[in-house]
Amino acid sequence: MSGASSDTAGYYRRMQAAVEELLILKGIVTPEEVQRQVDAMDARNYKRGARMVARAWCDSAFKARMLANGSAAAEELGLEVGPLKLIVVENTPGIHNVIVCTLCSCYPRMLLGIPPEWYKSRAYRSRVVREPRAVLAEFGTRLPEDVDIRVHDSTADMRYMVLPLRPRGTDGWNEERLAALVTRDSLIGVARLPDLG
Amino acid sequence: MRGVHDMGGLEAGRCERDEHEYEQWEKRVDALMMLLSAKDRDLLKVDELRRNIESLGADAYDRMGYYERWMHSIVQTLLQRGVITIDELGRKLAEKEARDARG
Amino acid sequence: MRAAESVPARFRVGDRVRVRRADPPGHLRTPWYCRGHVGTIERLCGAFANPEELAYNRPGLPAQPLYRVRFKATDLWPDYREHARDVVEIEVFQHWLERAVE
Repeated sequence: MSGASSDTAGYYRRMQAAVEELLILKGIVTPEEVQRQVDAMDARNYKRGARMVARAWCDSAFKARMLANGSAAAEELGLEVGPLKLIVVENTPGIHNVIVCTLCSCYPRMLLGIPPEWYKSRAYRSRVVREPRAVLAEFGTRLPEDVDIRVHDSTADMRYMVLPLRPRGTDGWNEERLAALVTRDSLIGVARLPDLG
Repeated sequence: MRGVHDMGGLEAGRCERDEHEYEQWEKRVDALMMLLSAKDRDLLKVDELRRNIESLGADAYDRMGYYERWMHSIVQTLLQRGVITIDELGRKLAEKEARDARG
Repeated sequence: MRAAESVPARFRVGDRVRVRRADPPGHLRTPWYCRGHVGTIERLCGAFANPEELAYNRPGLPAQPLYRVRFKATDLWPDYREHARDVVEIEVFQHWLERAVE
């Protein structure tokens, strides 16, 4: 099941249909607009962020612009992000970044689409600000001993994406090949990208 | 008082790698929120949505699914704003229930 | 946004600030776990309408400066078991902050 509790199965599905129909009758939305919006959100996914990461790995001037203004950098690549105010935080050999919204589920949706279910869970939201390495271990991620953690809590108008470390063994790779290495979880910070060969 | 949603630092269980493809109705809840909160309509602010979710009470908050909380909250906001009335919503829901029962 | 519609920024990068230990009802975006704690201004994000007012469909003006504040994990959590240099960075609106006297 989708997360609907058993005693309300169907109730909220009917509620959504009822409200949508009322809004259409009142001329507030059209069915086509709703479908377009569904399709637009479906089309947003982590690969848009992966393109930004790959470009930043290849172009240090772009990387500097991206770290100064993430939304403007996205738009440079033709990625429409609307009102998103994106801050990209850079992993370094000494620092690993992790993103959370403890208060709800804020996420750079206009860039990366809808966040995964676990990102919205009580377990993640409660614990990652307090015991980040224990949480990362549950995702199968272990950081080297000399790496410190920065947890970013998206409490207000800004949204966050991690710039992961470029894997070793990728010298000379083009952007497309590099982008294919980037995972959604590395953009949230619960995973790192493995070195190659 | 700490709100039910304000959970940073509290103890909780293991992180389960829960991923699932959302159902159509859930995607349409998301779509309604985006359309209603768009600047040219401004029939709902994301902040009103959050306030109505946070008002749910601890039991309902934890029992309900993510998009159930959103749908509840969209309805509360539209009622508060006077965009829809309880009576017309009730009648429309009854239509839906009757249609579902017919199969 | 016209200057009259936003409150001037009081703090600069590097300033030590304390999150007020306030507890009003309603919709708040200052998490419980950072209230009363001291952190360092990491950056000014800009000025934004106050979500506490937007939550009641009010304009939330004048816009409040919004900062990212960096807290040491060992300051936030008395029993923190991970690294001494770990930090948590949180966006906090100016009206929740006061200059820290340490």
